[in-house]
Amino acid sequence: MAEFVQFVFSGITVGAIYALVGLGFSIIYNASQVINFAQGEFVMIGGLTTAMLAQGGVPVPIAAAIAIAAAVVAGVALEKLAVEQARDAPVVTLIIITIGASIFLRGLAQIVFDRNYHALAGFSGEAPIHLAGATIVPQTLWVLGTTAALVLALAWFFGRTLLGKAILATSYNPLAAQLAGIGTRSLLLLSFGLSAALGAIGGILIAPISLTSYDVGVLLGLKGFSAAVLGGLGSSLGAVAGGLLLGLIEALGAGYISSSYKDAIAFVIILLVLFFMPRGLLGRRGTERV
Amino acid sequence: MAGLWRRPDRPLARYRGLFVLALVAAILPWFLPNNFFLNIAILTGLNAIVCVGLNLLIGYAGQISLGHAGFFGLGAYVSAVLTVDFGWEPALAMLAGAVVVGLLAFLVARPILRLSGHYLAMATLGLGVIISIVLVHETKLTGGPDGMNVPPLRLFGRDISSERDWYWLVAAVLIVAAWLALNLIDSPLGRALRGLHGSEVAAETVAIDTARYKTRVFVISALFASIAGSLFAHYSGFLTPSEASFQRSIEFVTMVVLGGMASTYGAVVGAAIITVLPQLLTVFHDYEQVVLGLILMLTMVFMPKGLVPNLAVYLKRRLS
Repeated sequence: MAEFVQFVFSGITVGAIYALVGLGFSIIYNASQVINFAQGEFVMIGGLTTAMLAQGGVPVPIAAAIAIAAAVVAGVALEKLAVEQARDAPVVTLIIITIGASIFLRGLAQIVFDRNYHALAGFSGEAPIHLAGATIVPQTLWVLGTTAALVLALAWFFGRTLLGKAILATSYNPLAAQLAGIGTRSLLLLSFGLSAALGAIGGILIAPISLTSYDVGVLLGLKGFSAAVLGGLGSSLGAVAGGLLLGLIEALGAGYISSSYKDAIAFVIILLVLFFMPRGLLGRRGTERV
Repeated sequence: MAGLWRRPDRPLARYRGLFVLALVAAILPWFLPNNFFLNIAILTGLNAIVCVGLNLLIGYAGQISLGHAGFFGLGAYVSAVLTVDFGWEPALAMLAGAVVVGLLAFLVARPILRLSGHYLAMATLGLGVIISIVLVHETKLTGGPDGMNVPPLRLFGRDISSERDWYWLVAAVLIVAAWLALNLIDSPLGRALRGLHGSEVAAETVAIDTARYKTRVFVISALFASIAGSLFAHYSGFLTPSEASFQRSIEFVTMVVLGGMASTYGAVVGAAIITVLPQLLTVFHDYEQVVLGLILMLTMVFMPKGLVPNLAVYLKRRLS
């Protein structure tokens, strides 16, 4: 039983990070129909920048703020300089642009920082907490608490504020939104900035638990993407549910079945979802108009 | 539309490019002073075989595969494992690899291509990563991350081992691959693909079974990758799972996109540039990824059709 609780804790902790990355995918997908393959790099920028600045003696809260700002700049630049320039291009082209951006950002991180792994100290020390027979590090609580707060804040933002509703309206029908006086282009910029910030926060939160380096974004990005697909691409609630579920399945699979195939689980799930329920758990159902 | 149904009034015209390709391949060795350059040419040729196939999918069917390195790697490892552990003839092992890859591609693509949109990209991404993880972890068969040795290729009772032999073999396979691709593009399958690239719904209203055609071209492109992978395994004599990695898949896509989507020769040119570039950039090793990423973004933003088609338009304008 204690073992099970342990797996569940580690599952929802990683799952919360997948959820944040998946949310980033969903927000950008909704705003622009682009699958942003540079999403994982935002996570890397967040974690790695914070760790490197903290090593240099910058207090962690300031380092984290700088890291989030750096990711937002990268996200906004990606939208402004690349995605917007190719606005009318087919989706394949846009996907390839974001893949290019992800390679570019990874290369840049290698030059600015280095190729080594870096650790970040836990925000509230490393003294383990005993809970229902399981042992967890305090950072777990930071991950879960921050993620829950962010999800609630996003729900409020999209459900209660004019700006959030404008983003939703744009995702449903850009032309109609434009006719209603919504500046869709600046919203696109906002969406990229917002998902970059979410990714970066995820990266900062997870850095003390798993190490960080210039290439952590590849796998975290792909798994966040699996989470978004599992939940239903474009559904925010789906991304959160998908992330948590994916984290849980991974942790339980690694614990009870095979730890060496842990990383394959996310990708098997992508294939199963596409075979049997391509709209995901909570995706929009509906017919496509031609 | 008129162009679509045009009969090839000069049937040899479409092979003009193929003739140039063969000519370049025939005289190139005289300009390659040593085995180092031959080696780069051979690797270019192997990548180009994958890209000619991948281009059919990206350029003509408008679908994207983020897992072709998986097919390349699987073909390579089936060849390697069957020849090393089971003592099969290399040619037979290569065939077996192609059958395995073709079947896998069919099983995955068939249900997914019924959906519209970019589900194939997600599925190929998943499949590619799974193949690469399996290759890393099945250490008993594949040697895991440490890699495995592969015996040389034997064809018609003769070992192919010198760089020069390999050059001619790869050049021949590339030309056959390009010839097959060109024929395919001018066949009813090619016309159907171009139709569904323009508008899938329009294609369906004129009774084109879009899912079937897309599946067929996906399987064909996977087969090209598998054959190239098998050849690579025997040529390099040593295989690691990095050949099947996600990064390698992205590299293949970059080659096709850079050279020019919907241009068979563009795919060859793209393969050449991306294979040669890292060799030139070794001095700037740290900047390799930055340059690669920039190339990808800049090409897509400023010449979404790629190098060769843009160059062709430019030349045509200058000449007339």
